[in-house]
Amino acid sequence: MITDKIQIAAYLFASILFIYSLGGLSSQESAKRGVMYGIVGMIIAMLATVLGPKMQQGAYVYIIASVSVASFIGLALARKVEMTSMPQLVAILHSFVGLAAVLVGFGSYLEETGKTPDMTEEGHVKHVIHLVEVYLGVFIGAITFTGSIIAWAKLQEKIKIGNKVFWFRTKPLLYPGRHAVNIILVLICIVMGVLFTLTEDANLAMIYLLSMTAIASFIGVMLVMAIGGADMPVVVSMLNSYSGWAASAAGFMLGNDLLIVTGALVGSSGAILSIIMCEAMNRSFFSVIFGGFGNAPSGGPAKEIEGEVTAVNHEEVATLLKDAKSVVIVPGYGMAVAKAQYPIYEMVQTLRKEGKNVRFAIHPVAGRLPGHMNVLLAEANVPYDIVLEMDEINDDMPNTDVVMVIGANDVVNPGAQDDPSSPIYGMPVIEAWKAEHVIVMKRSMSAGYAGVENPLFYKSNTDMLYGDAKVSVEKILGFLKD
Amino acid sequence: MKVGIPCEISPNELRVAATPKTIKRLQKQGFEVFIQRNAGNKANFSDKDFEEAGAKLVDTAAEIYGLSDIVLKVKEPAVEEVALMREGLVLLSYLWPAQNQELLKVLADKKVNAVAMDAIPRISRAQKMDVLSSMANIAGYRSVIEASFYFGRFLNGQITAAGKVEPAKVLVIGAGVAGLAAIGAANSLGAIVRAFDTRKEVAEQIQSMGASFLTVEIEEDGATSSGYSKEMSKEFIEAEMKLFLEQAAEVDIIITTAQIPGRSAPKLILDYHVAAMKPGSVIVDLAASTGGNCVLTKNGEVHTTENGVVIVGKLNLLPNQASQLYGNNLCHLLDDMGKAENFNINMEDAIVSRAMVTHNGNINWPPAPLPVSATPKPAEKPVLEDPKIKEERIAKKQATAMIFRLLIIGAFLGLIGQFAPADFVQHFTVFVLAVFIGWQVIWNVSHSLHTPLMAVTNAISGIIVVGGLIQLGNLVDPLANLPITILATIAILVASINIVGGFVVTHRMLKMFKK
Repeated sequence: MITDKIQIAAYLFASILFIYSLGGLSSQESAKRGVMYGIVGMIIAMLATVLGPKMQQGAYVYIIASVSVASFIGLALARKVEMTSMPQLVAILHSFVGLAAVLVGFGSYLEETGKTPDMTEEGHVKHVIHLVEVYLGVFIGAITFTGSIIAWAKLQEKIKIGNKVFWFRTKPLLYPGRHAVNIILVLICIVMGVLFTLTEDANLAMIYLLSMTAIASFIGVMLVMAIGGADMPVVVSMLNSYSGWAASAAGFMLGNDLLIVTGALVGSSGAILSIIMCEAMNRSFFSVIFGGFGNAPSGGPAKEIEGEVTAVNHEEVATLLKDAKSVVIVPGYGMAVAKAQYPIYEMVQTLRKEGKNVRFAIHPVAGRLPGHMNVLLAEANVPYDIVLEMDEINDDMPNTDVVMVIGANDVVNPGAQDDPSSPIYGMPVIEAWKAEHVIVMKRSMSAGYAGVENPLFYKSNTDMLYGDAKVSVEKILGFLKD
Repeated sequence: MKVGIPCEISPNELRVAATPKTIKRLQKQGFEVFIQRNAGNKANFSDKDFEEAGAKLVDTAAEIYGLSDIVLKVKEPAVEEVALMREGLVLLSYLWPAQNQELLKVLADKKVNAVAMDAIPRISRAQKMDVLSSMANIAGYRSVIEASFYFGRFLNGQITAAGKVEPAKVLVIGAGVAGLAAIGAANSLGAIVRAFDTRKEVAEQIQSMGASFLTVEIEEDGATSSGYSKEMSKEFIEAEMKLFLEQAAEVDIIITTAQIPGRSAPKLILDYHVAAMKPGSVIVDLAASTGGNCVLTKNGEVHTTENGVVIVGKLNLLPNQASQLYGNNLCHLLDDMGKAENFNINMEDAIVSRAMVTHNGNINWPPAPLPVSATPKPAEKPVLEDPKIKEERIAKKQATAMIFRLLIIGAFLGLIGQFAPADFVQHFTVFVLAVFIGWQVIWNVSHSLHTPLMAVTNAISGIIVVGGLIQLGNLVDPLANLPITILATIAILVASINIVGGFVVTHRMLKMFKK
């Protein structure tokens, strides 16, 4: 058993380790160390709590049981998940934090009501503040919980139960007056919150708390339902942020600084990620959070697209690549779906052996998660010094012979630069069309996730190669090796 | 409809207005093609080639002009050629309408509908018919080849067993199509290339072709709305001359491409510039035919100055290649005018209305101006004027906003301090500081590591497990407080899944990142 003071010191130490853990992610080299710091910090935090002076013996059974079951599940989940379904895993894990925050909030409330009330003036203020903390914690937790579940469903797209496949709705659900409804619901929550802190009746208070939980859950669902697929990275990072604030709120109600610090770290991290994502898409944070796609266009009739779409076959692409000196590959979510990163890298290696300059251009919002493409390429062992960001490579585009757009669409849409009526106008894009030749690998002529027509496909220097990205790349690879 | 191609009668004109390839194309457009015997000789196209491509051979120019609806030519027609033309004939040719007012009059009197290929406006849609660009491209390329021929050294630098070879330095003046083509060719031969142009907007194009952009320290932009450059002020020209003098002493090859439409070429390389150049240096003057950019240029001649500088005033314009490109330009224009089936002269059309210099007996020159320049200059000016004042204004604005914000934050914190109990204030302090730390730390996270960051923060936010642990630990008898026990246990369970899952998955991801 350790003393109170040692416990506080241990918590402080754990907080420092967490800060180091996040700081370690500033570069690939130090990132692995960062994870170790995080794990050690977490173990210290848990041990310090379990061995703390207030810990009663009876709890150990439950703690050991639940932690070991959880470790088993967590390991299984994390080992099994494919890199392409990372976004889903992250989303579902967020929902766990939300759920835990709700449960801790309720527990904390029950604990408080179990005590004999402190009748002094200060005691009363403390009581009210605690109630507010509980209320806020449960509110954020509930939104995170249901919002993350919806986000998971949207990213998963479908689920198989037995032989049946259930499809989830991925299109934004937009109904008129949804802002008004959301605002009214939040107002109701606030009013109930005031009543909750004022009432003396424990049963009534419980009813308020429960109904608020239900409403907050509903808000969480509706909030994420209204968000378009292209905005998913923002939503996932926003939920990440929420899960942090929920942990922080729990820290306040339990008077635990470790929880407060860690929650705040995670909360600000998620917030920064959301901001970065929004900037990458030239959208304001609020328009992403409160609306679906499609409320952005700034008027004017849509620009007519000139030119026609030309298709090529795999052999022609291979010939083009053989003649090219400089090749840039722009991957998108389509590459992730087709799991084409392995054959792509093999193709890249083949081309590089012949002395060609082959690089990857990654748009900040390619994929469904911040940095999604980097992870997939890393999975296929692509060295990260040939993986460049949009800003690094855009200047080189005019000197590039061939750009291969693999399963990306909106991030190479020239309409974002020259068509003010386009919903994505103003969003920075990879200027693929400036290259000598553009090959767009796509399953069909359908529009991208943002639902916007792409004039790139109609440009005279663009050719389309239809079909599954993986199969196509493998065929091209075959011709290249001949 | 019948298209005819006569011989070019000028001895200096080596090109021909059609090649076997373009003849096939014309037939595809529905035209019947007639060509005078020996028309392609100087460009290395034989009559046999033309015949095989489907053209009908005709002996005299008179026959061509007599039977054709459309005549394709390269050089502007001489008076005796115009005499052969009949009313309503459509003529596609170089005309240089600004310099050849007389010719226009003769053509108009004859009621010939003449299209000046050199007057095709420089708009995006007309690029494929722009003969000036396609010919300038050849001239630019050829100028480098020509220069390297007269230049007694390698263009590229080499380090060999026999010693080190310095790369040649090339200065290209004027970065139009010809200039850019010259830059590209010189660059790919390995020379060090720099280029000068009065238009600031081309700096990027120059750099994209691999040359460095030279400029003078005077704020004046030579861009005009027509896409060509204008003549500059006296101060500018003085500065320019000084720059050229410095460069002349340093570079080995100067290629000048500066031309102003409808006027003689500006004199850019003066005698003292040439005098400053090293012996063996080469000047290629692409403006020789309009008077030359160099005062010492002799049109149609190559000569060496007293100090050993070779000045090239004539250029073999690759007649075979040039004919092919010119012919293609003509095909594109005919395509645009409706091919054989729907051929019509649409004076509403932006291209035809400007290039058709005589129509139904009227002279249509000069055409209405058509602005094409990529950057709308006047709008930019006022912004450039007072960057300092603007900066100050923004700084002031930011400062006031900051003060305002701090006041609000201060008031808010004061309120908390007034009403909240001490331990809340302490927790709140910790919270705010933690947010600040998080803010600072996260901005440093590398872009490519955002997914691992998310997974790690996910794992760390599982710290909420501590909440469950504390609650469970506070119970003397867990079974007596069943609701709390259940809530806390589930909380611990899900939070732990989060911790383990988050860390393992982050670890898995990071393992894959390698250099």
